[in-house]
Amino acid sequence: MTTTTEPLSRPGFMEGVAAFFRSPRAVPYLLLLPAMIVILAVVLVPLLVSFWTSFTSYNLTKPATLFNFVGLRNYQRLLGNEDFWWAFGRTFMFVTITLNLEMLLGLGLALLINKITWGQRTLRTIMMFPMMFSPILVGFQFKYIFNDSIGLVNNALFDLGLISQPIPWLVDGTLANFSIIFAEIWMSTSIFAILLLAGLMALPKDPIEAAKVDGCNPLQVFQHITLPFLMPFIYIAMTIRSLDVARAYDMVRIMTNGGPAGRTELIWTLMTRTGYQNSQMGMANAMGYISILLSIAFTVFFFRKLTAARSFMGGAQ
Amino acid sequence: MAQVRLDKVSKSYGKLETVHGIDLEIAHNEFVVLVGPSGCGKSTTLRMIAGLEEITSGKISIGDRVVNDLPPRARNISMVFQSYALYPHMTVRDNLGFGLKIANMAEAEITKRVDEAAEILGLGPYMDRLPANLSGGQRQRVAMGRAIVRNPDVFLFDEPLSNLDAKLRGQMRVEIKKLHQRVKTTVIYVTHDQVEAMTLADRIVIMRDGHIEQIGTPSEVFEHPVNIFVAGFIGSPPMNLLDAVVSNGKARLSDGIEVPLPAGMAVQENQEIVLGFRPESLAPKGHALHGDGAALTLERTVVIAEPLGTETILFVEMGGMDVQAKMLNPRVVAPGETLEFTLDLSRLHVFDKASGKRVTV
Repeated sequence: MTTTTEPLSRPGFMEGVAAFFRSPRAVPYLLLLPAMIVILAVVLVPLLVSFWTSFTSYNLTKPATLFNFVGLRNYQRLLGNEDFWWAFGRTFMFVTITLNLEMLLGLGLALLINKITWGQRTLRTIMMFPMMFSPILVGFQFKYIFNDSIGLVNNALFDLGLISQPIPWLVDGTLANFSIIFAEIWMSTSIFAILLLAGLMALPKDPIEAAKVDGCNPLQVFQHITLPFLMPFIYIAMTIRSLDVARAYDMVRIMTNGGPAGRTELIWTLMTRTGYQNSQMGMANAMGYISILLSIAFTVFFFRKLTAARSFMGGAQ
Repeated sequence: MAQVRLDKVSKSYGKLETVHGIDLEIAHNEFVVLVGPSGCGKSTTLRMIAGLEEITSGKISIGDRVVNDLPPRARNISMVFQSYALYPHMTVRDNLGFGLKIANMAEAEITKRVDEAAEILGLGPYMDRLPANLSGGQRQRVAMGRAIVRNPDVFLFDEPLSNLDAKLRGQMRVEIKKLHQRVKTTVIYVTHDQVEAMTLADRIVIMRDGHIEQIGTPSEVFEHPVNIFVAGFIGSPPMNLLDAVVSNGKARLSDGIEVPLPAGMAVQENQEIVLGFRPESLAPKGHALHGDGAALTLERTVVIAEPLGTETILFVEMGGMDVQAKMLNPRVVAPGETLEFTLDLSRLHVFDKASGKRVTV
C-alpha cells in the first residue's frame, strides 16, 4: 500500500522546487549561482580530479589508467623515494635561504631609500625593473653570466687575475644551487624592499622621537621601535614570497634543469619531469599533494606571526 | 639645577626663517608656557630645546651645559607629545620603564620607579594593557608617566591636551598642575590655548611669527599687554579693540562716542589709536564687576545675548563694531532691548595704531 504514495508525491516535490525558484527567497541563491559555477569549474573540479588521480596509476599516454584505482600506492612509494625527499628538503632549504636573504637585503635597501629625500620615486621605479622580466629570461641571462667558459663572471675574474681555472658555476652541485639562489634574489629582492618601504613610510614619527628623547641611540631606535613596527610588513612579504619561491621552476629549468645529477632538483622540476617526461601523472599529483603541506606550513607559520605582530597596530596615536 | 637659556636662537628651513633669534631665560623649577597661534614657532622652539630639531644659529644651554650639538638622549629631558607617541607594541608597564631599561638601570629600581609613577597617575589597573586598549585620557597619563619616571632636568610638553575633549582637558590641566607641585622640575609647555597658558604658567611667553611678543606672569600679560596682538590673544572672551582718534584728551570712536582717556597719557592730538577694554569692563548698570566710580555711561541696544549661567555676554554696537559686554548676576535680556551700560575708565588699554605698541601713562 505504501508504494502507491511514492509516484503521487514526486510531482509535488518537483512543483515545490519550481515554486522555490520562482519565489523571492531564491534570489540570493540565483544571484550567487554564476560565481559558484565559475569556482566549481576553475577550482573545485581540477582540485578533485588531480586529487583523484593521485590515487590512480594515471599515465598520460594511457588515458584509460585514469580509472585504475591503486589506493595509497603512489604515496607509499613516495615516502620511500630518496630522490623525492631530497627535492623536498632542497626546496625547503631553497625557500628558507632565499627568503631570509631577500628579507635582509630588502630591509637594507628600504632603509637606505627611506633616507633619500631627492629622487626617491625614480629610484623606486628603477628598483622594479628586475620584476618586469620574465623569470625565463632571467634564467637565460644568468645561465650566460655564470657560464664557465664564456660567462661574464668567469671572464671578469680571469681579467682581474683572481682565478686561473674557470669556476664551474652551473656544473658543481653546490655552486649551481648558489647561482640559482643568486638569480632568484636578484630578481625578487625589490619586492621585499618595496613592501618594507611602504611600512617605513607608514611608520609614525612620534614614537621614534619619543625613543630618542628617552635615551635611545639610532641602533636602539631601530631595534626597539622601527623593527617591531615593521614586523607585520615583513611577515606579509614573507607569506607572499614563500608561496612564490616554493613554486620555483622556470629559472631552474633554464639554468640547470635540475642538474648536475639532480643536485638542483626542486619539487616542481621533479614533478614536471615525473608527470610530463615520464608521463606518470598520478605519481606527480601525489608529489604535489605532499608538497602542498610545505606551502601550507609556511603560510600558517607566517600568518600566526603576522596576527601576533598586528595585535598592537593602531595604538600609536 | 636646571635653568634653560636660549641665546639668539633661530631656525631656518632653507631660506625660510621660522624662528628669529629669540632670547629666553627659564629659571630652575619654573613652569613656563609658550603660547601663540599655530605657525608662530613655539613647537619648533620646544623641539630645538629637545634636540629633535637642529638650531640654525644661537645657543641653547640646559643647566651649565651648552647643548647645541648634543643628541636628545644626552640632554636629560623628557617630552610629552601631542599624539602621546606611546610605543604601540609595549604594555603600559614597558612603556613607562623603556627609558630606564635603555639606561641599563637595575630591574628592581625600574619596577620601583614605574610603580611610583603609576601610583601618582592612577595607572595601576592598566599596567598590562597595550596602548591600543586605552582611552585618550589614559594614554595621556601614560605619556606623562613615561616622562616623570626618568627624573629629567626639564619636562617638555608639546600641546599635550589638544587631542582630548573639553571636559577631560580641564581635568588633565589640574593634574598637570598638581604634578608640577609634587614633582618639582623645570617645565616648558607649548600650547595654542591661552586658557591653559593662564592657568598653568608661572610665566607666559607669547609668540607670533617666530618672535617673542611678551614674557610675563599671567597677571602681567593680562593686565598690561604690551601690544595689540597680546591684548587680543590673552583673555576669553577677547578684549574689545576699537579704532579711535585722540581729540581733546578723549578717544573719539567712529560713531562719535567720546571716551575720556586717563590724564597724562602720552598721546598727541589727532593721533590714531586703538582703544581696548575687556568685556568685564563694560556692563549694564547694576551688573558690573567694577563700581560705578570713574565710569562712562552709555545707552546701547543689545544685538545678541549669550547666557552662560553665572554671567551673560551681551553683544552691543559701539564704534561701528560689535563689542562684548559682560553682565554679572544676569537677568533675561532680549535682543533689541536698550540698556544703560557703564564703561570702567580705570581699565582702558590704549595702543598706538601705527606701531601697535601700548601707550603708557
